[in-house]
Amino acid sequence: MSILVNKDSRVLVQGFTGKEGTFHAQQCIDYGTNIVGGVTPGKGGQIHLGKPVFGSVQEAVEAVQADVSIIFVPPAFSADAVMEAADAGIKVIICITEGIPVSDMMLAKKFVQKKGAILIGPNCPGIISAEEAKIGIMPGFVFKKGNVGVISKSGTLTYEAANQVVQAGLGITTAIGIGGDPIIGTTYIDLLKLFEEDHETKAIVMIGEIGGDLEIQAAKYIKENITKPVVAFIAGQTAPKGKRMGHAGAIIAGSKGTAKEKMDALEAAGVHVVASPAEIGKKVKDILG
Amino acid sequence: MNIHEYQAKQIFASYNIPIQDGITIEDANDAREAAEKIGGDFWVLKAQIHAGGRGKGGGVKFAKSIEEVEKYASDILGMTLVTHQTGPAGRLVKKLFIASGVDIKKEYYLGMVLDRTAEMPVMMASTEGGMEIEKVAAETPEKIIKVGIDPLIGFRAFHARKLASGLHLSAEQMKHFGKFAKALYEVYSNNDASLIEINPLVLTGEDTFLALDAKMGFDDNALYRHPDLKNMRDLDEEEPTELEASKYGLSYVKLDGNVGCMVNGAGLAMSTMDIIKLNGGDPANFLDVGGVASTETVAKGFEIILEDPNVKAIFVNIFGGIVRCDRIANGILEATEKIDVKVPLIVRLDGTNSSEAAEILKRANIKNIITATDLADGAQKAVKAAEGIRS
Repeated sequence: MSILVNKDSRVLVQGFTGKEGTFHAQQCIDYGTNIVGGVTPGKGGQIHLGKPVFGSVQEAVEAVQADVSIIFVPPAFSADAVMEAADAGIKVIICITEGIPVSDMMLAKKFVQKKGAILIGPNCPGIISAEEAKIGIMPGFVFKKGNVGVISKSGTLTYEAANQVVQAGLGITTAIGIGGDPIIGTTYIDLLKLFEEDHETKAIVMIGEIGGDLEIQAAKYIKENITKPVVAFIAGQTAPKGKRMGHAGAIIAGSKGTAKEKMDALEAAGVHVVASPAEIGKKVKDILG
Repeated sequence: MNIHEYQAKQIFASYNIPIQDGITIEDANDAREAAEKIGGDFWVLKAQIHAGGRGKGGGVKFAKSIEEVEKYASDILGMTLVTHQTGPAGRLVKKLFIASGVDIKKEYYLGMVLDRTAEMPVMMASTEGGMEIEKVAAETPEKIIKVGIDPLIGFRAFHARKLASGLHLSAEQMKHFGKFAKALYEVYSNNDASLIEINPLVLTGEDTFLALDAKMGFDDNALYRHPDLKNMRDLDEEEPTELEASKYGLSYVKLDGNVGCMVNGAGLAMSTMDIIKLNGGDPANFLDVGGVASTETVAKGFEIILEDPNVKAIFVNIFGGIVRCDRIANGILEATEKIDVKVPLIVRLDGTNSSEAAEILKRANIKNIITATDLADGAQKAVKAAEGIRS
């Protein structure tokens, strides 16, 4: 089992024929992901990487019944691509693009919600259900199949955490990079809920970072709703105030959004918080045995 | 991106938000002419730097004569202004804003920022104008009135009423305030601002509102569609090394420690700083070379890290995913040929082809390269190396 996506997902690539889209779509196909086609406006009718290219998402949905979409279009056009996917009835929209204006995402997210779709990202590595579907830019081989779910704001740190879990002799059900922007489509709570319901997932790894209060909201939710063990790490314990640390959303504003505040809240909610990023895998192993 | 007070006021003026008449000068010899042009018999002189607390640091003066204007102008221009936001090094003042004095009846605070929890902009007002708003928020949060503004409906009359009522304004004042607040929302949304602060917003003797101060920041990701704003960027106000790094797509933040860090990915870069601290060391910087580390970015990264004389060791922490570690190892070797790295270099390459990478580094046999097997090992070795202990 896995959450959100699996081997039957019918995946569409928006920005299919571009450099990034081409490279990563090929990687996804090699992993075994069921890519059913791509969209590049003006290139409808062509074949790319052995898959049909469509001029719009609507056409792709009608022709090949795509139900998941991954977006690689440039930041200025990404919010539009997200809304196009939602409008065409795509159920899970994964936006990899970094650098989308906040005001664009603010509106796009509201529209996606209205359409009842799920948006992952933007500015994220995507989602992988181990040995079923890789819909993102992560290195697939790291994510060996197992029973640990991963939710993370970061890219390479997700690979690091998954690698540790695998090195500890365990594996992954699904790993989701939710993105490091100030406004993201799907937050911890939505995914914690899905992992709680997934029979195969026995433990959840949650990786957060400074900025915003999503981890604090998650702590409240975990306390009241999650029975499975959660291991958490918060990056940026040593980050200075008022400085953006790479991700657009990773900034301590005033005294809000510090790692300590988040770690304390999670700890109080019964989460196994590790101070060291090198202890994530070990901690999961200790709990699951 | 942040801009200066005088620039924010130019934007305000174009939206009919009342400001004082003022002129910005860069040469104290122009002070007299500016003051005469503005007219009146009372002026305020304000140092233009991107930091708050200018008044306390001596960067804001009130002049009652042209002679005083001239004196203060030469005092402020060229001074190194130290405030709680500049750090101890302070900031060199290169621009001075001279404005007419204002008859102030009462001071308020008015600001706008993105509320990340509500996922919409929030406008905030307070009767505690002129105070540090963070302090008001911490000590008397009930004195800050907030209204979230859903972008689907924009700024409405009820938003203004809610704020005005919280500020206990009279019906006449409320009318003027409503126009002011609506214009402010337009400034915010039309320019993709990330922050606006007017502190203080003043009620003048004529019962009208005026922006006595102005602070504005913008969403960097949206600057591509605001060429006019891009021109307002003042590179003198930015950290030179951070600026240099950004030109190469590197994200760098200088810190005070002695262990330099070079990492791929922002989350892993922050974690690397954290684990150095947990091992008893102190990170010298945050540096994200991007998800795809190349020879060029790695070489530039070394150069930037080594500009900091405090750095006694560099921890290269790369998790190779789609980029193979053997290629990164070769990149590191090439980079060390280009850049003379004299301090110990602790290299941890994990992920795709990591054993091949370790082999490459071993064969190269460069004496200051210390290889590490994982994150914990690398951090320990880096901290020791910075202390002068070779492991």
